[in-house]
Amino acid sequence: MEKFVKLIDTAVPLSIENIDTDQIIPARFLKATDKKGFGDNVFKDWRYNKDGSINEKFILNNSAYKGSILIAGDNFGCGSSREHAAWALSGYGFKVVISSFFADIFKGNALNNGILPIQVSKVFLTKLLEKVTANPETKIIIDLENQILRTDIGNIDFEIDPYKKLCLLNGYDDIDFLISKKKKIAAFELSNI
Amino acid sequence: MGKTLFDKVWDAHVVDTIKDGPQVLYIDKHLIHEVTSPQAFKELEERNIPIARPDKIVATADHNTPTVNQHLPIKDELSRNQLDQLTKNCEKNKITLYNLGNENNGIVHVIAPELGITQPGMTMVCGDSHTSTHGAFGTIAFGIGTSQVAQVFASQCLLLEKPKSLRVNVNGKLKKGVLPKDVILYIIAKLGTNSGTGFFCEYAGNVFEEMSMEGRMTVCNMSIEMGARGGMIAPDETTFEYVKGREFAPKDAVFDKKVAYWKTLSTDADAIFDKEYSFDAEDIEPMLTYGTNPGMGIKISENIPTENDTSFEKSLAYMNFKKGESLINKPINFVFIGSCTNSRIEDFRVAAAYVEGKQKAKNVNAWLVPGSQRVAKQIEEEGLQDIFEKAGFQLRQPGCSACLAMNDDKIPEGEYCVSTSNRNFEGRQGQGARTILASPLMAAATAIEGKIINFTNHLN
Repeated sequence: MEKFVKLIDTAVPLSIENIDTDQIIPARFLKATDKKGFGDNVFKDWRYNKDGSINEKFILNNSAYKGSILIAGDNFGCGSSREHAAWALSGYGFKVVISSFFADIFKGNALNNGILPIQVSKVFLTKLLEKVTANPETKIIIDLENQILRTDIGNIDFEIDPYKKLCLLNGYDDIDFLISKKKKIAAFELSNI
Repeated sequence: MGKTLFDKVWDAHVVDTIKDGPQVLYIDKHLIHEVTSPQAFKELEERNIPIARPDKIVATADHNTPTVNQHLPIKDELSRNQLDQLTKNCEKNKITLYNLGNENNGIVHVIAPELGITQPGMTMVCGDSHTSTHGAFGTIAFGIGTSQVAQVFASQCLLLEKPKSLRVNVNGKLKKGVLPKDVILYIIAKLGTNSGTGFFCEYAGNVFEEMSMEGRMTVCNMSIEMGARGGMIAPDETTFEYVKGREFAPKDAVFDKKVAYWKTLSTDADAIFDKEYSFDAEDIEPMLTYGTNPGMGIKISENIPTENDTSFEKSLAYMNFKKGESLINKPINFVFIGSCTNSRIEDFRVAAAYVEGKQKAKNVNAWLVPGSQRVAKQIEEEGLQDIFEKAGFQLRQPGCSACLAMNDDKIPEGEYCVSTSNRNFEGRQGQGARTILASPLMAAATAIEGKIINFTNHLN
């Protein structure tokens, strides 16, 4: 997994609530057997019209908005456990998702793929969406070490599980850690099964 | 302070606790399918890590399989490749696979209980959010991402933060025509789609106690639709009776010993939950969804709410419904009875009982997709197939089918489908398709009438 320490970038404001993983990556694109290529189909049915033409109204197709930070409405990533949603977002180039609420499984999947989900208050989210929508050049600074998100509308601290923070800062994943526990797991199996 | 059912099962599986961090939880059973496992196999292969306990993994092909002509080679190249990959991965790693056509094949959350793989007090995971289904047995069962599938492959464990506890009580007498699906749709409509996020839910009260295992599975299945990673019901005589004698269930003295342990799992009287809700069974009616998330549900006698909210309006625009209107008499051209929520024998029995002697409406395409080969066989043996076929319903072969429309079973754009599945998200059943979630009884009644009716007036 790639390390995540600090990021300074512009953001894409996606003011839609309850974005489920079927919208992030529709099921018909889940037939691949590797992790590559999902970025092409992220938000597919919102990015393209039914006739296959580009939906100019959708924010990702507005060239004014760029960057590796996605700001999304409340309750992002609900629904299916498909990790393809995280692969699609990271394949498209997103490294951070900011929302006022994340679904559990998506949050875990994001962290396991080096994407940082940042939960902010509803009030701050509304302000940030307004600011970035009005001024696409707005820079957002994300400092994981100090757990601070800085913008010119204010700085806020964000929460992250200390273990997951360590993983992101160092690019570790859970497999390495779990394998290091092999002896304890074997002992557990002996005494319990 | 007493312990909850969840605490008891969780605590019995903790291998290690990291200071100020997550816990290492042992997983008793790992279910896999073709869509969310290939990248995990690849990950281990690339890192040269062996699969820790292939004997604790069971695989099936279900998400991406056709529901007609299963004996023929799969036409779609990508789907065929995905299924071939599963076969190769299972052969190579000595994992039991119930492939297409096998008598044990079917939807992962239907076959594991019917084979006795699912047992009370276990921890179970699968790369599928509806793994919560198995909680019906008093099992900690939840969906995981593919990175976690790889973690379980590598260690038979997961690193997890213990979730908070939530209890939903429903007591009283259910009205005629109200099924377990209505109970869970009602709960989600009341609590919303993210009320359970960060929590593991226990369902308690006489309504759940009196439910069959099939009904309990329907309820626990949709726990994820209110955001909860899982939902559980305390195991009781109904549970033990269901498990007893199944292929992989413990036998004889071992079974009796297990039952004695399973009986100790119920939540202690003095246990305290982080959140608790109670509802009256009498308040529940047959339910329908009108929007694009499972929380947007109303009773059959109610009208669509009037809310001034952009997301709400976006949902109604997608569904082409108006604020304040009733769904009764809305013409419907597609009906789907199937999915891991409602594709068990009891679901087809209740639909057949309503359909018997009637004819489906001419405008309706009614698809019945059994959850497993065994359910399909039962449908035939019990004479339900005859009833459905005479009524003009189409009985297909087992699989996830139109619940997520990964295969060819798609609802056409703009069409409504009254569906017994679990998600009414935009495009879930096909691009531009409009899903109305309901019970198998509501689905059967819709197929007969060709429109939504308040069928409770037609029940004896």
